[in-house]
Amino acid sequence: MIVSVSGLSCTRGGRQLVTGLSFALAAGESLRLAGPNGVGKSSLIRQICGLVPCTEGSVSLNASPALADERAALDADRRLGETLRFWAGLDGVSRGVLDQAIERMGLGVIAELPVRMLSTGQRKRAALARVLASGAALWLLDEPGNGLDEASLSALGQAMDVHVEGGGAIVAASHFDLPHAFTRTLDIGDYAP
Amino acid sequence: MMRALWPLVRRDLAAAWTGGGAWLPIIFLLLVASLYPFAVGPDARLLGATGGGMLWIAALLAALLPIERLIAPDVQAGVLDQLVVRGIADEMVALAKMVAHWLSFGPPLMIATLPAAALLKLDGDVLMRLEIGLALGTPALAALGVLVAALTAGLRSAGAIGGLLALPLAVPLLIFGAGALHEGSGAALKFLTAIALLLVAITPIAAGAAMRAGRE
Repeated sequence: MIVSVSGLSCTRGGRQLVTGLSFALAAGESLRLAGPNGVGKSSLIRQICGLVPCTEGSVSLNASPALADERAALDADRRLGETLRFWAGLDGVSRGVLDQAIERMGLGVIAELPVRMLSTGQRKRAALARVLASGAALWLLDEPGNGLDEASLSALGQAMDVHVEGGGAIVAASHFDLPHAFTRTLDIGDYAP
Repeated sequence: MMRALWPLVRRDLAAAWTGGGAWLPIIFLLLVASLYPFAVGPDARLLGATGGGMLWIAALLAALLPIERLIAPDVQAGVLDQLVVRGIADEMVALAKMVAHWLSFGPPLMIATLPAAALLKLDGDVLMRLEIGLALGTPALAALGVLVAALTAGLRSAGAIGGLLALPLAVPLLIFGAGALHEGSGAALKFLTAIALLLVAITPIAAGAAMRAGRE
């Protein structure tokens, strides 16, 4: 199992949003956390990758995770390619892998622009390119489709297909359908206390 | 774990220089040194006697100038989250920030002290002792800056609160730093070193804990 979650609860601002959530993902499986805004999808993603401690229940990861959430974590004053290379350096991946990810998210032409000049969708694609290049087995994507146009959405869908076929696992939180055949979908609304 | 240190230091250094923030302490120190003779008069004896202490005050305040951009922007941009997901401890990030903050203002400040000392008519011995004191004291000022930046990262008007938080902790540095300017004041230098070691040692742990506690 790449990730297994058992009896997980999620509390935010003193209010319990989710209780008793359990699932396990093996290599080659993908899970979509569905549900309307504010139901606790993002908080669950943050708990799974260890940013927020679990008050109840447990999460066990058997692979390194890569996270793409609503904050792109790119340095506004640096060029896009430069700031992505910084992260690739921390992940210990080669230039070639990163360049491939940049091409797949259609960022090749804007790699030399400073990050502050980029649009919302371009930043989102850059954050996704970082996940693609990370080499992590588990992708944690929080609303990966937000701000993306049709072409970028289908590029994302293809990248997710390739990752799952290659023995990776994906947990994606999204309030709308993504162009990827998820092996499972959980409606987080069903786990409200 | 340690392999993350150098890339993080390099990134913060680049941010300090390209953001223009690294020039601020230097300009501030030179401004103080050039305004001080106008305020107290051009009497070389008076300037020589008080200028060293004045430069210590300027160095201390200069170190606190950039604290708002040390950690808060990285929290807002999600950089710290991404580092934690990669298994890099908050303590390591704080250590890297402390090293980068010192590199971006410590040595430049010590260089800027040379023209400043000339403006304040400090003699060679005092300048020598001032530079030794700054070499020992600026790492502590960098540590203090990072610590306060981590504690105030999520707050509004963090700069003002940060100043209030830092000043009591900076007073011992000022006392022993300025105290070391007089001849035969080895004890003050030793106390300065002790305080600097303490601040440099606790900052990665305390700032790391503050960054972890601020996460939600």
